[in-house]
Amino acid sequence: MAIDTETLERHGLSPAEYDKILDILGREPSMTELGIFSVMWSEHCSYKSSRIHLKTLPTTGSRVVQGPGENAGAVDVGDGLVAVFKIESHNHPSFIEPYQGAATGVGGIIRDIFTMGARPIALLNSLRFGPLEDVRTRGILEGVVAGIGGYGNSIGIPTVGGEVAFEEGYAGNPLVNVFCLGLAKAGSLVMGQASGAGNPVYYVGAKTGRDGIHGATMASAEFDERSSEKRPAVQVGDPFMEKLLLEACLELMQTDALVGIQDMGAAGLTCSTSEMGSRGGAGIDIDVSRVPQRESGMTPYEIMLSESQERMLMVVKQGREAEVERIFEKWDLHAVPIGEVTTDGLLRVRENGSIVAEIPNGPLADEAPLYDRPTEPPAYLAAASRLDPAALPELPATDAALRTLLGSPAVASKRWIYRQYDHMVRTNTISPAGMGAGVVRLKGTNRALAMSVDGNGRHSYLDPHLGAMLAVAEASRNVACAGALPIAATNCLNFGNPERPDIMWQFARAVAGIGEACRALDVPITGGNVSLYNETDGQAIYPTPVLGVVGVIEDASRVLGRVFPGAESTVLLLGGGGGALGGSEYLKQIGGQVAGSLAPLSLEAERALQLLLVELAGEGLTRSAHDCSDGGLAVALAECCFDSGGIGVELMLPDAPHDAPGDGRTDVSDASVLFGEAPSRVLVSVADDDFGVVRMRAEAAGVPIAAQGRTGGERIRVSLAGRPVLDIAVAEAETAWRQGLERYFEDRAA
Amino acid sequence: MKFAVIVFPGSNCDHDAYHTVKHVLGADAEFVWHKETDLKGADVVILPGGFSYGDYLRTGAIARFSPIMAPVVAFAEAGGPVLGVCNGFQVLTEVGLLPGGLLRNRSVKFQCEQVHVRVEELDTPFTCAATAGQVLRIPIAHGEGNYFAPPEVLDALEANRQVVFRYCNAGGELVDTANPNGSARGIAGLCNARRNVVALMPHPERACESAVGSADGLVVLESAVAALGSDGMLRTG
Repeated sequence: MAIDTETLERHGLSPAEYDKILDILGREPSMTELGIFSVMWSEHCSYKSSRIHLKTLPTTGSRVVQGPGENAGAVDVGDGLVAVFKIESHNHPSFIEPYQGAATGVGGIIRDIFTMGARPIALLNSLRFGPLEDVRTRGILEGVVAGIGGYGNSIGIPTVGGEVAFEEGYAGNPLVNVFCLGLAKAGSLVMGQASGAGNPVYYVGAKTGRDGIHGATMASAEFDERSSEKRPAVQVGDPFMEKLLLEACLELMQTDALVGIQDMGAAGLTCSTSEMGSRGGAGIDIDVSRVPQRESGMTPYEIMLSESQERMLMVVKQGREAEVERIFEKWDLHAVPIGEVTTDGLLRVRENGSIVAEIPNGPLADEAPLYDRPTEPPAYLAAASRLDPAALPELPATDAALRTLLGSPAVASKRWIYRQYDHMVRTNTISPAGMGAGVVRLKGTNRALAMSVDGNGRHSYLDPHLGAMLAVAEASRNVACAGALPIAATNCLNFGNPERPDIMWQFARAVAGIGEACRALDVPITGGNVSLYNETDGQAIYPTPVLGVVGVIEDASRVLGRVFPGAESTVLLLGGGGGALGGSEYLKQIGGQVAGSLAPLSLEAERALQLLLVELAGEGLTRSAHDCSDGGLAVALAECCFDSGGIGVELMLPDAPHDAPGDGRTDVSDASVLFGEAPSRVLVSVADDDFGVVRMRAEAAGVPIAAQGRTGGERIRVSLAGRPVLDIAVAEAETAWRQGLERYFEDRAA
Repeated sequence: MKFAVIVFPGSNCDHDAYHTVKHVLGADAEFVWHKETDLKGADVVILPGGFSYGDYLRTGAIARFSPIMAPVVAFAEAGGPVLGVCNGFQVLTEVGLLPGGLLRNRSVKFQCEQVHVRVEELDTPFTCAATAGQVLRIPIAHGEGNYFAPPEVLDALEANRQVVFRYCNAGGELVDTANPNGSARGIAGLCNARRNVVALMPHPERACESAVGSADGLVVLESAVAALGSDGMLRTG
């Protein structure tokens, strides 16, 4: 069959890429070979547009055991343990089929973790949807949440945290980013590589069907009105099968019979065989007729490209076959030998013995095209960065504004969501979901791990470089608020079409920002995922880098949450006092605009603040800590009162920060103090007796105390240079916050 | 004194039950794989939570046919103490050791949250160390925990004092708003007529250490230790 332009287009390959294939093979490819190249060289698998930028990220450090390039990264967390973790996106499938798309996203990231020899112990997720007023969006959210729960709950891995945001730009392109962390003994990690000529290659797990063929190429193309026709490319998840695979693989890893293992995720059998071969510098020879199949009449092309879920590829030591097969039989799974490792470096695919594809592994996996795509600042930036505070319409009273913000789904309690996730199974969860960073204790040690996933598309839209730095800072700060020293990060980069110079500019600027912030905050990137082409009908999402940061708490009994533990405590605002209305939740909700400049970030000040938080928590000097994020100081202060049993607070700001805008308008300058957003600000509560010590430590660390207050009473009150600027009952604020998200689903709530 | 923790394919609270028995309660614990045919001399049997066989046909419906269930039924019929938690409760109703069944929650959603249950009966091996009317704060995590039985069965359960736990508010009052899943008569847990088989939807094993939110559930396991005593003879009430 001749390979014409139309065939190439259908495979998402450019004429130049095809020429490269001809070079590598020295002949025309067969259709099976073309299919193999097309998925391996898709954006999703090859990172061809992003690699050149990703290479600039810091990936090493004293705690890093495994950086990018394997199934997941790993860091040393002490006591002879390593934490294995990664974040991954499943955006496109979740739009087409929300439940299965999200569920299989969870399944995929869990496999990446246990493939490394780690037992998964925590899940988090970062979600983006359009506004909930749209009934279709509510349906997508319901499906995504049910899918995440349906998979994670069933396997028994707690979902301990996450974040959700709502913006118009995600209506046709929701984001589903899932983070998983597992635990392994130091020195026991298993790699995804094939070696040892003659060693058998095993297939285990679900049978192969026609589902998900070209899933990787789908994730590398924009959506249009025909997208729903792509439904057959979305896979269906079977968490029970995955649970069996997880237990059986971990049992197998207790022996030394395994050489290497990799899950069949994107690009299925193709990706797992060629990547394992390439990493081990070996060849792999398989016969697709030995692959267990769910449907009859499948071609080698379909078998190689299928993305059926819950399948693993293993290389085991010759002579240990019976032992390996016995372990899988115990779990009612059938490990099937489908080929062997060779020395010739080729991926050789046979059907009933006859060769149907023969491609050198190295060039296929590692010599994918690499593009330095042109970049150009987006046209919208100049207008969007302008914000004239004096031109704002008259602003509402501060208590009404606070109620509005607390009652908006972005800020409101996410209980309706996390109640559907089992966040307690495995009996390690210290900080319940909805309490800031997710914190799990490490049984058998005194330690705990904290983790947080954060990003802000609106911030990154207005300033991709600073927005990405803010995401790193916020995720690290959330971990530090729990009392954990941030030690490493993973990133999920959600952007539009990289072939557009303005999108590529956003991407390049964001990656540069992540690199800068990760260096300064000492959280190397150990892995992650890039999701491009997040566009529908030419409309790109906000550039949305999402960062997952992991931190270690030395003494698990010292974990802090956001909630004030009682009345009669001293409250301190650590860090700077001022916030910016530019890009804030307030400006969007109240002012109806996404515009302006973001408050700057001093990485040095941020680092000092985070180290101070860890030090204070470690010595038991702080009783709660909560960072000022969406909605600024007033929202953060209110959140410290929620779930406390109605404890109020009074906070006194000495004076408006000198840079508060307003051009003489008090309503604008008050709003920017209360609701303006800025990094490096954390509210802590301390016992009165400890205040003196805390003040000395803050001074020594160079961290200013911007305001002081006390817990008590039943109201949330803020004054500015003695003038009251906010006064609202905790109960009233808390009601708005509790109902903000639930009200959209009331008719179906319990 | 030894607890057997039965492991079905898809069980996922087996490690939690084992951890709690061994490291919090300080008793001996052993996993027993569902394909085994004896209980390895255990004094107490726990059927843990999870999604046995994926809960694909009906919760607990396939697990009841596992080889280990014959010895579990024999152990129960001989008076041995058996505790079913969550999926374990569902398996016990499927195998016929307890009446009724568990339907989908009335929210039609999976729910994970702390709830309160009131201890209604003390003369069982899993409540004998509690006090009458004691309120326990322990979590639920299920999609199908809505207890159902025909009215005459419910009446018989009440008449025989087989309702062991009921959902209540923090003050111990039986109000509908405290019933998380719509269970008939607020039933959170039951025992059989002989009172040695006890099951509940909430997870006491997840609430045995204050570090993870509550230690109220420990009394359920401590009761088993108290009931069996040092001589291994079952005494309750």
